[in-house]
Amino acid sequence: MSAPIQLRPDETFLLNVGPQHPATHGVLRVKMQMDGEYIVKAETVLGYVHRMHEKMGENRTYAQYLPNLSRLDYLGALGYTHGHVLAIERAAGIEVPERAEYIRAITVELNRVASHLFWFGAFVMDLGGFSPLMYAIQDREHILDMLEAVTGARLTYCYYRFGGLYNDVDDDFIEAAKRFIPRMRKSLKKYDALVTGNIIFQKRLEDIAPVSAEMCRKYGATGPVARGSGINFDVRKNEPYSVYPEFDFEVPVYHECDSMARYKVRMDEMEQSLRIIEQGLEKLPGGPIMTEKKPKNIKLPVGDFYQAVETARGSFGIRIVSDGDKNAYRLKLRSPTYSNMHLFDEACEGMLIMDALAFMGSLDLVIPEMDR
Amino acid sequence: MILETTQQALQALFAGAVPANEAEAGAPRDNGVILRDYQKHGYHLDAQVAANQLLAAVTILDQGGFFIESITGVDWIKENQMEVIYDFSRYDFDPCRVVIRTRVPRDTPVVPTISTIYAGANWHERETHDFFGIKFEGHPHLVPLLLPEDADFHPLLKDFKA
Repeated sequence: MSAPIQLRPDETFLLNVGPQHPATHGVLRVKMQMDGEYIVKAETVLGYVHRMHEKMGENRTYAQYLPNLSRLDYLGALGYTHGHVLAIERAAGIEVPERAEYIRAITVELNRVASHLFWFGAFVMDLGGFSPLMYAIQDREHILDMLEAVTGARLTYCYYRFGGLYNDVDDDFIEAAKRFIPRMRKSLKKYDALVTGNIIFQKRLEDIAPVSAEMCRKYGATGPVARGSGINFDVRKNEPYSVYPEFDFEVPVYHECDSMARYKVRMDEMEQSLRIIEQGLEKLPGGPIMTEKKPKNIKLPVGDFYQAVETARGSFGIRIVSDGDKNAYRLKLRSPTYSNMHLFDEACEGMLIMDALAFMGSLDLVIPEMDR
Repeated sequence: MILETTQQALQALFAGAVPANEAEAGAPRDNGVILRDYQKHGYHLDAQVAANQLLAAVTILDQGGFFIESITGVDWIKENQMEVIYDFSRYDFDPCRVVIRTRVPRDTPVVPTISTIYAGANWHERETHDFFGIKFEGHPHLVPLLLPEDADFHPLLKDFKA
């Protein structure tokens, strides 16, 4: 008979999660020092899909750079392209027709619902429930079909132009969007009944992975992560842009600071996005979708310009330092996932590894957006 | 409200010296606080400080309840300078975006780390070090973040050749 295996009581070991690991939803690596099932210390290693988008911003013209923005976050690309066109329009002083801004808001919100739907499915799958993903993808498919019809793409949209849009929406789109809203509302009820009340789901999330409001501030966390920690912050409300002041919607905030709070914020946000889409379709004004006085070659005045927008993941910022040329002297992308993920290392200390993976899911990571 | 108090607190660093308000963003200028047109630039306060005033300026913002947005650099090769830009904002319905910038010589780009004040500055500073080679003195772990672990090049330098 062989001797029993004995570990020293103070012994820890190193666990490598990723870069190819289903829980990270992309190429992200976390080095974890483990004491049994508990994390002693964690270090996130990123950069596996780094493509130097900021350098490309310097050697392409502003218009040529448009497609790059949709390659940051493949789940909610429209929000990022919206930030870019708004930054250019702000700096160059381009007026946008009202109809174009309304269509932008409608499509961004549709994209936000699609992004949250995919996150919802993937998150529940992380926790062991496979079928909600199938339902979520089915609903998301309707949005992708609608957006494909107007933008010509299913994920990497390049739909907005400086001063307007590339293409007007047709009656089919409006009809499809109107049909989608009640369908989605029914689905949200279904998801709630299927998932939110599930006792296993609750036990995996409630009081797990607390992120305090102070920690959010120190790391610059925004979006649903901050709103799950009791911070009432949404760029659409706090720093209104586009036509968002015209819409009546609420910003869901939960004060529990746990993974469940972050889940609830996103689930409630889908309903709020539907409200915006509904009002947008109702109020949609006629008129042109492109400004008449659009300069052919965009050159920005000398200066330093910043534009923030609320994407599905949080506050996305774009800084353009211009020296008056047709491309940027320096272009900085402030990505929300980057700041949201940064607090993971500190927050997961002392956590069970399974809780930490659920926590990671609740942060809604899109790695190409983080690595840029 | 917060805008005025922050402006005054930052202004106190310069013993009352006020730079011309119309100085264009991006162009070389004297250290000091400038109130920007939010509609045009997207931020409210623009403070350029010396590298040794940086920690004092960031402490003011920390005490004012600001959160860190990002840190980045700009290579001003013609002026032989490197600029480090810090963005701060607030979780507030009275928006107040503050930009802190500091310029250091291009050959010896060293600024103190602010990761002691804002833990979230850690990655931003590592990224800025990756791209520009700017050293953040006192940073606990200044190794490549986004670039390969053995990277010895800084791709956002204007004289970088691939």
